[in-house]
Amino acid sequence: MTARTIAVISAGLSKPSSTRMLADRLGESVADQLRLDGDDVEVKVVELRDLAQDITNNLLTGFPSAALADAVETVRASDGLVAVTPIFSASYSGLFKSFFDVIEPDALRSLPVLLAATGGTARHSLAIDFAMRPLFSYLHATVASTGVFAATDDWGASDDGVATLPDRIAKAATEFAGLIRVSTRSKDIIDPWALPPL
Amino acid sequence: MQFGIFTVGDVTPDPTTGREPTENERIKAILTIAQKAEEVGLDVFALGEHHNKPFVPSSPTTMLGYIAAKTSTLQLSTSTTLITTNDPVKIAEDFSMLQHVSDGRTDLMLGRGNTGPVYPWFGQDIRQGIPLAIEHYQLLHRLFREENVDWSGKFRTPLQGFTSTPRPLDDVPPFVWHGSIRSPEIAEQAAFYGDGFFANNIFWPKEHYMRLIGYYRARFEQFGHGSADQAIVGLGGQAFMRKNSQDAKNEFRPYFDNAPVYGHGPSMEDFTAQTPLTVGSPQEVIDRYAAMKDNFGHYQRQLFLMDHAGLPLKTVLEQLDLLGEEVVPVLRREMAEGRPAHVPDAPTHASLVAARDASVAAGVAPTSAPVAPVTAASAAARVPAAAGSSFGPAAQRAAGQGVVR
Repeated sequence: MTARTIAVISAGLSKPSSTRMLADRLGESVADQLRLDGDDVEVKVVELRDLAQDITNNLLTGFPSAALADAVETVRASDGLVAVTPIFSASYSGLFKSFFDVIEPDALRSLPVLLAATGGTARHSLAIDFAMRPLFSYLHATVASTGVFAATDDWGASDDGVATLPDRIAKAATEFAGLIRVSTRSKDIIDPWALPPL
Repeated sequence: MQFGIFTVGDVTPDPTTGREPTENERIKAILTIAQKAEEVGLDVFALGEHHNKPFVPSSPTTMLGYIAAKTSTLQLSTSTTLITTNDPVKIAEDFSMLQHVSDGRTDLMLGRGNTGPVYPWFGQDIRQGIPLAIEHYQLLHRLFREENVDWSGKFRTPLQGFTSTPRPLDDVPPFVWHGSIRSPEIAEQAAFYGDGFFANNIFWPKEHYMRLIGYYRARFEQFGHGSADQAIVGLGGQAFMRKNSQDAKNEFRPYFDNAPVYGHGPSMEDFTAQTPLTVGSPQEVIDRYAAMKDNFGHYQRQLFLMDHAGLPLKTVLEQLDLLGEEVVPVLRREMAEGRPAHVPDAPTHASLVAARDASVAAGVAPTSAPVAPVTAASAAARVPAAAGSSFGPAAQRAAGQGVVR
């Protein structure tokens, strides 16, 4: 049995938000997959809305509040990250981007990441690939090839009748759980404050 | 224990009047403030170095030379001297000269500098900030101690048979502090050489600086310079005072709200809770700073930032009266309480000369190279791989959180 932590970032602005709904569904689906192996899985959800002022303050002062430092540490120390944002003006929200701007550049290196986004219509769905994916490639994360986009309509009925939102969530979670199983990153995190031997 | 002030030398409009001092006014104000520091009984004045507006002190030893002539007991230091973009040869010469001019009242604090364009303006690359700091200091350390130096490195033209002039006063180099806001590599460097370590302290919460100073102290001991509690630690601080606490808050708030570093961000209340900035009565400042030793251990130097954010000279001088007359005398007593006898004071020229003479008398090589042969190796080994953000706030820092190999 392996103890694993899945960090879930939700950048939805309203409460409740469909972004958070999607984030929770993905987090639980990934956890269920890993639990099939007998893993002990904890899902930690970070609502960026609650940290919006702290994120702005960090951009200005250069240091995080205690709550923001905890959120950053949750991401850094996780075994996998589910990153979910609403799509605004053809890209991730500014709040979503600002959160990743205040994290150390190396903190996400090799971290398995599952991308997901919400929007009014399916016509925004490629933003996952042309906006979110380059950001996480830049951060040297290991990004799952399947992302999940939930348009407003996806929350009703059977979508296009072929791949419903729950189907797509399950498919993405299966692939992402596979990345987490083979990742060795968590063993490679080093503490820069550890005293080296003489 | 030493108490003093440090300044960055910013030219900032007074937000309550909109009036911006001229460069000349600001330069003269800094010189006045330094003399006032001695007059009110403070021990140290430290001056920043900048090469971009809105800052004026591009030539710190010129200003410190003037202050040396106008004072008699004040220790002159820097906050910081840029070890990355200055030529170490010129640093060695400038500060040896200042030692002679000031009769030994000179030390210096080295820092990297975080203004991107200053690096290319001086022919350097900010991405090499830490390797530059390590190599340049390795050379500076030798120039202060050796004549006829043969040296070659990556960042500067080689030297063959070079002797920096004048030689340090009494052949004892000025004491060096290494200043850091957040880099473990600089704590490592300070510990390696057995030099002082100054934690900026004013920009981050204390937990961060406790980790940084704890690391420096542990490594100081590992490198064989003494016990961890004998390491030489300095801390920054920041205060605004009035007799009545609420008057201080009301008067300082517009300066806080518009300050160049933290203005338009967190509230003054949040920022004072998160950092050592204390806005209130002299007693509140005493209480806050007397408690520093509980978090950081007994330390050697406390510097306050008092003249920033557009505060007018008259106000700054009033603040120095309060600091020198009401706060520091009490802090001296409080800091002495429970201080073990084996914890040293901050080194001065007199104490360094005495230590040198004692080691010569004992037959120990006086100012030889430090304990391990390759000066840069141990610190360089801890430089994280160059990768990640090239831009944005995260790029301006070295590793402070965990990193992935």
